[in-house]
Amino acid sequence: MQQFAQLVKLLSNSTKTNEKLEALSRYFATAPAKDKSWVLALFSGRRPKRTVNSTQLKNWCMQATAISGWLFDECYHTVGDLAETIALLLPPGTTPLAAPLHYWLEQLQQLEKADESTKQSFILNAWNALDSGERFVFNKLITGGFRIGLSQKMMVNALAKTYDIEPATLSHMISGNWDPRNVTIEALLHQHTTGADASRPYPFYLAYALEGAPDALGAEKDWQAEWKWDGIRGQIIKRERQLFVWSRGDELITEKFPEFTPLLAMLPDGTVLDGEILTFANGLPLPFQTLQTRIGRKNVTRKQLQEAPVIFLSYDLLEWEGADIREKPLAERRALLIQLVQQTGMSVLQLSPEIDFDNWEQLTLLRGQSRDKGSEGLMLKKKSAPYQVGRKRGDWWKWKIDPLTIDAVMIYAQKGHGRRSNLYTDYTFAVKDGEQLVPFTKAYSGLTDKEITEVDNWIKRHSLEKFGPVRTVQPELVFEIAFEGIASSNRHKSGVALRFPRINRWRKDKPAAEINTLEDLKELLRINGNNPGA
Amino acid sequence: MNVLQFTDNGIYCPAGDFYIDPWKPVKRAVITHAHADHARWGNEYYLCENASVPLLRLRLGNDISVQGVAYGETIFFNGVKVSLHPAGHMIGSAQIRVEQNGEVWVASGDYKPEHDGLSAPFEPLRCHTFITESTFGLPIYRWAPQQQLFDNITQWIYENQQAGKASVLLAYSLGKAQRLLYHLKDKADHFLVHGAIAIPHDVLLQEGWPLPPVERITPETPKSAFKNAVIIAPPSAEDNAWMRRFHPYALGICSGWMQVRGNMRRRNADAGFALSDHADWPGLLEAVTATGAEQVYVTHGFSSVFARYLSEKGINAREVTTSYGDEEMITNPEN
Repeated sequence: MQQFAQLVKLLSNSTKTNEKLEALSRYFATAPAKDKSWVLALFSGRRPKRTVNSTQLKNWCMQATAISGWLFDECYHTVGDLAETIALLLPPGTTPLAAPLHYWLEQLQQLEKADESTKQSFILNAWNALDSGERFVFNKLITGGFRIGLSQKMMVNALAKTYDIEPATLSHMISGNWDPRNVTIEALLHQHTTGADASRPYPFYLAYALEGAPDALGAEKDWQAEWKWDGIRGQIIKRERQLFVWSRGDELITEKFPEFTPLLAMLPDGTVLDGEILTFANGLPLPFQTLQTRIGRKNVTRKQLQEAPVIFLSYDLLEWEGADIREKPLAERRALLIQLVQQTGMSVLQLSPEIDFDNWEQLTLLRGQSRDKGSEGLMLKKKSAPYQVGRKRGDWWKWKIDPLTIDAVMIYAQKGHGRRSNLYTDYTFAVKDGEQLVPFTKAYSGLTDKEITEVDNWIKRHSLEKFGPVRTVQPELVFEIAFEGIASSNRHKSGVALRFPRINRWRKDKPAAEINTLEDLKELLRINGNNPGA
Repeated sequence: MNVLQFTDNGIYCPAGDFYIDPWKPVKRAVITHAHADHARWGNEYYLCENASVPLLRLRLGNDISVQGVAYGETIFFNGVKVSLHPAGHMIGSAQIRVEQNGEVWVASGDYKPEHDGLSAPFEPLRCHTFITESTFGLPIYRWAPQQQLFDNITQWIYENQQAGKASVLLAYSLGKAQRLLYHLKDKADHFLVHGAIAIPHDVLLQEGWPLPPVERITPETPKSAFKNAVIIAPPSAEDNAWMRRFHPYALGICSGWMQVRGNMRRRNADAGFALSDHADWPGLLEAVTATGAEQVYVTHGFSSVFARYLSEKGINAREVTTSYGDEEMITNPEN
């Protein structure tokens, strides 16, 4: 466990990719075989079944330390992480046990059918046997959400280096269903590798943001316009009678989206599609938040499939009948794509529609409707262009709409989590309604680290009251809040709900008396409201 | 009337007509220690522990009117008995004991019960009312013994040297920096320091404190001097162009706040050492209990939490707002 705790510590502290890669390679070269399988499983989304829950951990810690509920909560709000809070609160252990990672994980697995008191005594014994760093990772293994600055991609690269295998091939090897309890890394990596080449995606072509008007792009007829959606950019590959789904982060995500499985039967062999994975219902995309419930999960529940169904909105065809057609002009690729989508005839595979327009003025007006459609703006693609590699200027442009903004005053603050622990970073903002202040949104991001420190310092000196973790502050600091959409809501006191609210800038120049009003917010709702995406 | 009162200017003794660590200029100020949030400008007269006198002069100017007293020495202000006792926070730091008609109040200033080797060890005082700090007043703050922390720092320096890197340790220029130098003096051939640390260092060497010699970093210091070196700098030097000359280096932060992972990750440090000159949670409890006080006022830090906890333990405790910050968080303009 010590070795794994050291690895986690290094990975979460280091900001240098090379350092992390080196530490991982070293770990994979020296750790016990069973530990390696577990690490691979943990960081590729194969989290073990939860046998103990967070509430139990919290209660047992409170009992063990004789700390009351309110004091525990104060600690938790300062630390911002349950696993770490518990590790810090427990007194030093008295019976150290130097057992490897897999020992603890297997013991945890065996608790599945155990009764409460058996679980409790196992956990208390474990805490007593581990040091503070080990306890933290032990608790993390139970509570999940192992966000320690290690992506699946980085782990694949480290393994690729250790075992001298191509990263894409390796990604393929570690995909699929396997159980770390009875499969070693060596067994996974020595399997027959023919399938791996079949899975390999093409590098994505990425657009630059269009600054200013599109007139500079030249003749309208040379360009194709599509709506821009906020989903997961991906490639669907059908080769050698197998289906693979890749994200832009070079992650093989086939198993996360079982909706695409029927495409295996319907797509011809030797096909690669580029497009966007979107949550979609009744012909319209759902907010990105619903898609987020599907990310980071290996096993999708039935409930999630119902609440957040996905489609693949295809916009390009990169391989056709086994041939790489990226050098063909977009117009030709698109003709083939249209034909393919029609032939497939499945609602899970859709075509990103082309927007009809005669001139740039007309397109500019259409762009103004993006918000109503729940779209982020437009994509402009040159019809004669090949499909390029990486982010290149010239042929693809994203033309996003400007966010809506409103000036508001901060009224509540709460401490953040992770890197922002023990700092007030989560704020609630209000607009004026006569003499009253009406809270209408929270926002967590948008300030620089320096500004956050400054605001945190101010909050600590200007707080009025405390309600649990929340402090009310003097309504003085004014911020410009930007957001992508607005919809009416009867769950909110203000009567509105915002989409993607964030802090655009700190209006040090503006006194609180001059902030926007509830009436201003309702006006924005009248003009921009009823956005189905909000 | 209370022996001590909390006023807009600071902690005041009406009968003796003096203030303890006032944050606005007053006639008579009794100073717990030389940190900027406790020893401020503009007072007509300062009283502090002898070892604090040169540090106060350094900070506030040679022309201040300052009187030094020894720990335990008694002086009287209008018949009010005042004495200073070791607080263990830094060189010259003191708790202020005030006695009027047999009633004893103690203002702790900042303190730590663990003996750091340099500051006179913290002395528990019996009193009726205790005014305590609470910088680290949460049970998550429990320090490892300093020997272990210095072993970790030494090991870290050694590993950096193996990797051909300089070790840059960020530590508050007055107090923490000297504590590091004192404990690491046999672990490195020599130390390079930022000007903000070199200046008080020279003063303390003249006063005869057992500190190793240091070399002040100037624009003329050759780059070769930084190879595998141990460098000590104040927290304000972080993210500053001044640091670039040390490449390749590893950055270690020495502060109680490093107890929590998030704080360390936020600072982009390579290592964090939870080395503090303040009492941890057990230290605060131990100190409060040892006073036997019936009444406790809790100042700067997690004051509401600590006051509530003490109340639940049956101690009459209240939170008070002061202008004392935490010198570990404040970026001092002098640095």
